[in-house]
Order: sequence, then C-alpha cells, then structure tokens
Amino acid sequence: MKILVGYKRVVDYNVRIQVKPDGTGVVTDGVKLSANPFDDIALEEALRLREKGIAEEVIVVGIGPADLTAHLRNGLAMGANRAIHVQTTDAVSPLTAARTLLKLVEKEQPGLVIVGKQAIDDDANQTGQMLAALWDRPQATFASKVEISDGKATVTREVDAGLETIEAELPAVITTDLRLNEPRFIKLPDIMKAKSKPIDIIELGSLGVDAADHLKTTHYAAPAKRSKGVMVKDAAELVAVLKQKGLL
Amino acid sequence: MTKILVIAEHLDGKLNGATHRAVSAAAAVNPEAIDILVLSDAPDAIAADAAKIDGVSKVLTVARPENTHALAAVFAPQIAKVAAGYSHVFAPSTTFGKDLAPRVAALLGVSQVSDVMTVEGPHSFKRPIYAGNAIVTVEVDTASIVVATIRTASWPAAAANGSATIEPVVVDAALPTHTRFVGLQQGKSDRPDLQGAPKVVSGGRGVGSKENFEVIYKFADKIGAAVGASRAAVDAGYVPNELQVGQTGKIIAPELYVAVGISGAIQHLTGIKDAGTIVAINKDGEAPIFEIADIGLVGNLFKILPELEAAIG
Repeated sequence: MKILVGYKRVVDYNVRIQVKPDGTGVVTDGVKLSANPFDDIALEEALRLREKGIAEEVIVVGIGPADLTAHLRNGLAMGANRAIHVQTTDAVSPLTAARTLLKLVEKEQPGLVIVGKQAIDDDANQTGQMLAALWDRPQATFASKVEISDGKATVTREVDAGLETIEAELPAVITTDLRLNEPRFIKLPDIMKAKSKPIDIIELGSLGVDAADHLKTTHYAAPAKRSKGVMVKDAAELVAVLKQKGLL
Repeated sequence: MTKILVIAEHLDGKLNGATHRAVSAAAAVNPEAIDILVLSDAPDAIAADAAKIDGVSKVLTVARPENTHALAAVFAPQIAKVAAGYSHVFAPSTTFGKDLAPRVAALLGVSQVSDVMTVEGPHSFKRPIYAGNAIVTVEVDTASIVVATIRTASWPAAAANGSATIEPVVVDAALPTHTRFVGLQQGKSDRPDLQGAPKVVSGGRGVGSKENFEVIYKFADKIGAAVGASRAAVDAGYVPNELQVGQTGKIIAPELYVAVGISGAIQHLTGIKDAGTIVAINKDGEAPIFEIADIGLVGNLFKILPELEAAIG
C-alpha cells in the first residue's frame, strides 16, 4: 500500500503573526517557515504504518512555488520515500488543493491519504474532507488513533462529545488531530540521505485542475484587543466584584 | 432570493444548542427564509425543538435508517441535494460541522467559508486565521452558493419562541456504506455542557494532578459552572480530551470564565477571548493570562478556591 501525505509549509507556529498596516495581508517576509504541525503528525503516522509493514511507500506532496522543494526535502529527511511537488505561484485554496490531490490519487492509487486536520495559517479545516468527497471515499477526520487491518481503517476521532470510533473501508482519507502521535526529529544523516531521494516536479497547470476560486480575501485586520483589567487582593474582594457585576 | 439552509446538529435525539447559534448568524444575513434540515433515523423530537427557534420558516426532516449516526459521507450527499433550492448552507463550526460542511461544499463544487464571526453582507463575512491573530474579510462570488461554518462563540443562541412548520422530505441520493459508526465514548457528567454554559471554570497545569483537579470540580459545582481545562492539563492526563478549551479544543464564550492555574498560552487565549468576564487565578503574577483577564488574583489556588467558596456562602 502507498500512503500519500499532504505536507504544507506554513509560518512557524512560534511566530506571532503581524497584520500589514494597509490591511493587504500578514507580514511573511523574513518570517520562519516550517511544516504545518498537523502535517508533521500525518507524515509520522504514515511512517509508523510503513514501519509496521502495513505500507510500503510514503509519498509527501506539496503545492507551491519553486522554493517549496527545500521544504519537501525535510519530509524526505523525516523518512518519506519520495516527494511530489506541484508547482504554482498562485495562492491555493482548500478546494484547489483537494482537486490537485485527487489528480495525484488517480495517478498513484494510494490506499490511504493522510493530511493535517487544518493548516495553522488559514485554519480552514477543509482539504481532507473535500478530497474524500471528490474521490467518493470515506473520511476519518480529527484522528487520535488509527488501526489498519483487513482492508479497513478503524479510527478514533476527537469530537466535541468525546471519542468517536468509525470504520472506513480503504482507500480512505484520514485527517490528524494533535494527540495522534509525536513526530520524530530529523537527524543529520537523514538530511544527507534525503538529498538522493526523488522529487517529481509537476506544473499545476499541466494537471487540468479547475483552480477557479469562489472566495476572495479582501481585507486583513488585527483582532480586537481585550483591555487590561484590574487586580484584586483576595478572595473576598473577588467575590464582591463578581457579585456587583451580577455574575455570582 | 436569499434562502438559508441550516444543518441541525443533534445527539441522542436532542438538538444541540450550536444549531441555535448558527440560526443567529443566518438571521444576520437578513434572508427571505431560514430553513433547518434535520437528518436522523427518528427526527420528530429534534424537529419539534428546531421548529421553536425564532426566525425559522420551515424544518425539513429526512428520516432514513442510514442517518442514525452523523457520518459526513452519508449526510453530505443528502444535504447537497436539498441545498439546490438555497443560496446559503450554514452549519455550526463544531466537530460535527467541520467534518461535514467541507464535504458538502466539495460536492457542490464551491469553496467554504470557515468559522464565520460576523456577517458583513449576504456574500461578505469575517473569519479568523492564524489562530485568531488576524481577522480577514472574505467575499464569496455572488453567483456561487455560500457554504459556511459558523463560529458558535461569536453568536448568541437564537431564542426559542417560534413555531415553524415541519415538513418531511424524501431525498433521492445514493448513500455510501463504506463508512460505519462503531461507538462513541462520552464523558459522563451531570455538569453543564462546556460549549453552552454561561459559567465555566477551567484548570491548568498549575492544578498539578488528576486528584487535585477535584478542587476545580468542587468550585465549579459551587457556582453551577461547566468545567474546562488547558491543553497542558489534558496532555498531562488530569482530565479527558473533551474538556480542552483553546484553538485546538473548544472555543467558548461564557458570561463568566474562571481560569485557575492556567498561564495563558496563545492557543488557550484564542479559545476564550469572546468570554464576557475573564477571571484569572494564578500564583505567577507575570503569567500572560493576566494580560487579558478582566479580574486577576495572584496566589495559591488551593488556598484561594476554598476561600472563594466560603465567601460566596
């Protein structure tokens, strides 16, 4: 079985993002970029399935400009067998990403596609579900445990009510939640090894994907700030203030 | 014509309050009609509750045995069919709506607006990105159906004084059998539901252990509050996952939020910034939680909580 992993590059989660004063975007110049943390978890899960002998090949996929290749090398260093880089300089919406992944799915015929439940830049939380819809296959979103046997995935999902378990016949799409696993660190020898691993480069335009976007982002703003409050000296004063506000 | 279809969220035969919040957002679009769609094996009681929501014209029910559990792969083709008569499809941005709505959007061939905070116009919305560190205005092509999830913490629950008509509908959609429900392990609790509760008391790493968390439960019970926790407390195993408040857990907007022993990581603050009044109790006066708290108290939580209980009387 092959596993396709969506491996998006985003502004590093430690960066406190700043909105440009003219409202045209967020500042990304000189800002550290890293793998989307949920996609790191997706890749880790795929590697573990390969290590258990359930999968033979793990392919990382990225969609973006020419310099995304360096990011995909990190996925190869982490342990993926090969990478596919779909090149475009345009912004990629979740729907376009899903349509692009579908083209690769048709070509590669994976048994599983694993992607992060959301990217921490646009926080859309859509791509995995959209791919599953277009592919007409099961989706198991927000996974915190994955077991593969007898041609199906048994997935525990983190839902608002607790933990839900579903069965999905393969091939299927899984999206990862935080507690699925802890991704491994990349070691120096692995970075050396990754240099000789193959990266296929495909122009997005050549895939015949409808990249029309129904959504336009017209303005960026900083969030409203909560004003700093007051400090109270003890429990009695806190209770008095809350009672005065009618909260107790 | 602007007509909005709101997808009802329900569990164990009961309508979830997130649905009422999605209806509030629908009302802000100022449409000609708001209809609610209930997909269930036994929709009658749920539909009766949905029919009471103010501003709702009709409640459509699809009763099929395949709808016993909310599987996105099963629900989405039915919603895509019913959506044909509507300009907008809204679902709450809960794990239910987040799982389902993108599947519907893809079947309809459109992008989705995730986590709507405000409605600027029928095709214009504000939503958070970068964990709420930026707010964007998005415009949907006016020729496209709008599929959106509604950030429940940004919207009040619509009142329930109405009496909409209930209309069973038959949906001619082939449903897949490739995805099956196995089970749901629910946290059993008599306390208020974390997502809808007017008061919430949360504990963090500062609480120190699963056993110590008892002080949080005790204080919450004293003031009739739901119990939440920071990611650090969940990861440390003090409480189950479903109590997590924050960007990757639940995003809530109670009238009163009491953060106990929570330092205030950005991802936690994202989950509470719409709360009415935030109270922080922490032994470290430099903790970031005090930057956004309305009322702060520095000290030992194990001493303060019993004092609070005594002072409340």
